[in-house]
Amino acid sequence: MLNVFWNSGPYIVTMIFIVGMFWRYKFDRYGWTSRSSQIYESRLLRIGSPLFHIGLLMALGGHVMGLMIPASFTESLGISEHLYHLVAVALGTIAGVMVVFGMTILIYRRRTVLRVFQVTTKMDKLMYLVLGSLVLLGVYNTIGINLLDLPGKYPDGYNYRETVSVWFRSIATFNPKAELMKDAPLTFQLHALVAMALIAIIPITRLVHIFSAPVGYLSRPYLVYRKRTTKKARRGWEPTQVG
Amino acid sequence: MRVMAQIGMVMNLDKCIGCHTCSVTCKQTWTNRQGVEYVWFNNVETRPGVGYPRQYENQEQWQGGWVRKRNGKIKLKSGGRISRLTKIFSNPKLPGLDDYYEPWTYDYDNLISSPTTDTTPVARPKSLITGKDIKISWSANWDDDLGGTYETGHKDPMLKGIEDSVKFEFEKSFMFYLPRICEHCLNPSCVGSCPSGAMYKRSEDGIVLVDGDKCRGWRMCVTGCPYKKVYFNHRSGKAEKCTLCFPRLEVGQPTVCAETCVGRLRYIGLFLYDADRVLEAASTENEQDLYAAQLDILLDPNDPAVFAQARRDGIPEDWLEAAKKSPVYKLAKEYKVALPLHPEYRTMPMVWYIPPLSPVVDALKNTGNDAEDAKNLFAAIDTLRIPAQYLANLMTAGDVSVINKVLKKLAAMRSYMRDFNLGNDFNEDIPNSVGMTGENIYDMYKLLAIAKYVDRYVIPAAHQETADKLEEAMAAGCSVDFTEIPGGPNAERKPVPIALETFHLTKKRASAESFDETLEGGE
Ligand code: HEM
Ligand code: SF4
Ligand code: SF4
Repeated sequence: MLNVFWNSGPYIVTMIFIVGMFWRYKFDRYGWTSRSSQIYESRLLRIGSPLFHIGLLMALGGHVMGLMIPASFTESLGISEHLYHLVAVALGTIAGVMVVFGMTILIYRRRTVLRVFQVTTKMDKLMYLVLGSLVLLGVYNTIGINLLDLPGKYPDGYNYRETVSVWFRSIATFNPKAELMKDAPLTFQLHALVAMALIAIIPITRLVHIFSAPVGYLSRPYLVYRKRTTKKARRGWEPTQVG
Repeated sequence: MRVMAQIGMVMNLDKCIGCHTCSVTCKQTWTNRQGVEYVWFNNVETRPGVGYPRQYENQEQWQGGWVRKRNGKIKLKSGGRISRLTKIFSNPKLPGLDDYYEPWTYDYDNLISSPTTDTTPVARPKSLITGKDIKISWSANWDDDLGGTYETGHKDPMLKGIEDSVKFEFEKSFMFYLPRICEHCLNPSCVGSCPSGAMYKRSEDGIVLVDGDKCRGWRMCVTGCPYKKVYFNHRSGKAEKCTLCFPRLEVGQPTVCAETCVGRLRYIGLFLYDADRVLEAASTENEQDLYAAQLDILLDPNDPAVFAQARRDGIPEDWLEAAKKSPVYKLAKEYKVALPLHPEYRTMPMVWYIPPLSPVVDALKNTGNDAEDAKNLFAAIDTLRIPAQYLANLMTAGDVSVINKVLKKLAAMRSYMRDFNLGNDFNEDIPNSVGMTGENIYDMYKLLAIAKYVDRYVIPAAHQETADKLEEAMAAGCSVDFTEIPGGPNAERKPVPIALETFHLTKKRASAESFDETLEGGE
């Protein structure tokens, strides 16, 4: 049963994600936004949002390193497993603390600032539930297991690079190896599970804004000129056209 | 030289009575929706006053517009590209709702549904944001008519250096109204600061717009605009701004604010400008030279070389004809009486203002002097430093000499035309003393004082060949395209777009010499 899940779950989630993003782009391009709430409240956001986002981007970077790059590769560069582990845990701890602090401020703000609370949608709540669990599990894995060894089973930390990461790459190469996942600590399994849930709901939340990160701004000219469109304007009730 | 066309506006501030009709009709048209309750694409400020949003002109605080770097290039005042992207998670220079105001409505229902009580039931103010009771303490024009004498007056950033004289000498205080819309700048810093590239300047007419489908809600444009004329729709999470009523302009109608202006003080027409030199002009070193630089890139539509190049650059014939008749070009460049608002922001704003002479006239009248005599007026303009300095802070980056020149032209027109109206001999010295001819003055007078609808608004419709594709034109059509039914009802006759029909009706009414004329026959 679990085997089936770890083998095919990721593909199902990926399909949901792709179809969902396409659907959102096609039918709700106007709704594709970070939906900033800054004009309601700025003081808490000033602290919370950068902490949260920068921490998250660091964590994302860490995941790319940890999941995609095989241990053999870093070792061939002369980085010992021990050194890698040390750096990963250190940076991961910093990122984790930033995200937890930032997210606490953001959720506190969402709940207590009436203006912000009133425009908080059901999707926002679901998103924070999933994202919050994901972050807490991730922080537990990094700090609780790898740094402090709370369960007392992994004195040198749990080496996910030999199980979880290999499983992740096996999915990417269409040669799924579910058995690698089964032996990982429960919280690692849960972290992966919740991550899949998050990916599945991204298309229906404000998290779509992640995929519009405006890197193009760095290279485009300041001024943008565009010709008047002669296309018949879309009426409010019509779906957005692709292209 | 690359010729581009720009639709511009001029407002004659002497005529603004501060009735806010323009703001109200604009709001009814564009921002009567959830998420933009606090938004006024057109607002009318009493100056001196703090403006809307409060103190938006204090760029040390809000960081709008461009600044010139030491190497002579310009960059956004709020920082370079990378530094601005690092501030994306929380924009440190974003005005909050309270810098505008918290919009409200009243609980009218209570007036009807209240049970019988000893006291009259009241309609309590309710916040449109939270729905809760609120204490109204600010609005888009809270200091209306206070002219800087109220406790907030000295907070007007443009009073820097002269606040004492204005505040403490009540007899010498002055005020006027400043209606504001988006400036549809030639060098728009809002466009420059949009990370997604969702904001753009239309190449045909220069209107600056937000593409709502591309906007991702990074809200950097709000900071970028020094006039604070891009707003954030807090419900949809998208930027919105004045559209210069493009659906109306495209069929040759003036904007709603202009159409409904009670003082008839707005002029709309075309500018031709040299797009290749915009950046150079915006990078002019000395702030006080920016006005001249801005004038300099406006091209003379009657110059054959410009005309030929404009044709090569694809500007249609009817647009070139309209450019020749443009009232805004005449006021800004020929008579040089219209000035840009805050040229020092380096955005090359395209809504121009004729500074008001009335503070001077009123002061002169109060001293018992003849306020229409040229000598008196000229002397008053030279001695009444405060209003001139204030106007200079608004329109010429502080250069009083330009303001004085403009005010003297207006004063000259006033006294020259008085002789005309009283049947006296003309005194040609008056126009000569301000570098104009009697004929110039008369033409300017016609444009400023008695111009009819068709003279105030010279708006070429969008390309004829594509006009029937525009949404407003379609709105009048029926779902059945008559031309496709051979011999069907109205065969050979395309439906006339509502917009065009009303345009002709309005035009007729507005240009008629008598009431009867408006009744005769149809179009
Ligand atoms: C990669 C570039 C990213 C950019 C440029 C970005 C930008 C933004 C911006 C501008 C806001 C609106 C803040 C406001 O004014 O209210 C926001 C909100 C948010 N972002 Fe991001 N974001 C990015 C990545 C992410 C990622 C990776 C996540 C999580 C997986 C994330 C989760 C959120 C959440 C949950 C909010 C809502 C905060 C709140 O108001 O409660 N973002 N983001
Ligand atoms: S005035 Fe209008 S065009 Fe100019 S920067 Fe502001 S929003 Fe942009
Ligand atoms: S409608 Fe005209 S006169 Fe009235 S406030 Fe607006 S600009 Fe001034």
